Amino acid sequence: MVAYVMCMALLGLGIYCVLMKRNLIKIIVGLVITEYAINLFFVLISYRKNGLAPIFAADAPVAPETMVDPLPQALVLTAIVIGLATTALIVALAMRLYEKYGTFDIAEIRELKG
Amino acid sequence: MLAIYIVLMLMIIGAVIAIEIKSLLSSVIAVGAVGMGLSLIALILNAPDVAITQLVVEIISVIILIRATIKKDLPESTTEQRVMSGVAALVFLAALVLVGIAVFKEIPPFGQPIMRVAGEYLANGVQETGATNIVASILLDYRGYDTLGEATVLFTAVLGVLTVVRRQGKKSEKSGGGSDHE
Amino acid sequence: MSKEREQGMSLIVKTITRLTVGLILLYGIYIVTHGHVSPGGGFAGGVIIALAFVHLLLAFGKDTAFKVLSESMMSILESTGALLFLLIALIGFVGGHFFMNVLPKGHPFNLFSAGIILPCNIAICLKVGAGLFAIAVALVLLKLAVEKEEK
Repeated sequence: MVAYVMCMALLGLGIYCVLMKRNLIKIIVGLVITEYAINLFFVLISYRKNGLAPIFAADAPVAPETMVDPLPQALVLTAIVIGLATTALIVALAMRLYEKYGTFDIAEIRELKG
Repeated sequence: MLAIYIVLMLMIIGAVIAIEIKSLLSSVIAVGAVGMGLSLIALILNAPDVAITQLVVEIISVIILIRATIKKDLPESTTEQRVMSGVAALVFLAALVLVGIAVFKEIPPFGQPIMRVAGEYLANGVQETGATNIVASILLDYRGYDTLGEATVLFTAVLGVLTVVRRQGKKSEKSGGGSDHE
Repeated sequence: MSKEREQGMSLIVKTITRLTVGLILLYGIYIVTHGHVSPGGGFAGGVIIALAFVHLLLAFGKDTAFKVLSESMMSILESTGALLFLLIALIGFVGGHFFMNVLPKGHPFNLFSAGIILPCNIAICLKVGAGLFAIAVALVLLKLAVEKEEK
């Protein structure tokens, strides 16, 4: 249970960073931390005590009842790659904004635009 | 199980450093440390597929973020924090705590997953798909639609990046707009 | 040689890159083709293959990297991966429904087993690898263009 609480703390840190920081790179950092916290929650919830990895081996037969949950692992595998692609999209937008306004500060960007 | 708590503590410390440090380059590298911690935890908790994927994705995402911040090491914002964003952060964090308390009453204890569906996959997966890696059989056989949707999202993201960084058609827009000289 | 020295990093980095880039590519191919019998699969292997080319791009500059894998080749590979994946899914209609595993299953623990999973892994590897390399190339070259404008 302590592990879940620490995972929740990581999620809270990410959301705090997205909402409070004024720098675009810091906002991206907050989004990445939030994404990691959610992936971490899926990995934690798939754990079984004294479980084994969900891969059968030819020379060492194991019972399926002693394996960890493979379903959250399969779901989180796609989420990791999607997270990378969306992060790259956000970085491209941020670099375009830097090119146009010469700053990463969202408050300054808002003033320049007005 | 002590190893998990140590790595989790390191991840939280890395996240705090990434959020609060002044230099943008150091912040990005601290995020890399958080991702490496996630990869380590996946390895300790018997999820080797997630560990490999997270490790390599972490490397490429740190490369992209460093290219975005290098030689642009601007100081932190000097403008004042607005009251609204602080209030919004407080409201969100309070909602997070409330939802967290409600969830922790229902969630199964750590180390005892429910596995109503996954038990079926584990028992019959090798006979039905022939793949001995059950994660691969779920990813590409039982739940192929998820992977198809993932491929669509990845394609859209690549298209978006290539559209945003495109240089053609920029000239006419610049002569018309000119807002960057204000 | 002098032209080669203008782009990219120092001689030490280039020498080490010549040694390691082939090994990284080989490891990526291993991860993809053994995705159904050991940890790994199309996602991890595709990202590793993309990283091999990014390594080449960072160490030698864009000319050498584009000589190995040009931009048009990248888009062809990504489209091939997406269409191959969709085609494999559509072949399932032969047996009954979308994404049906119609190919022979083979014997478990062999490399050529598990029906459609091995071709699907290869298709996803092409798609993810080409897509991520395209993203990395676009962002790296955009950075150079921004710097040129600032000067």
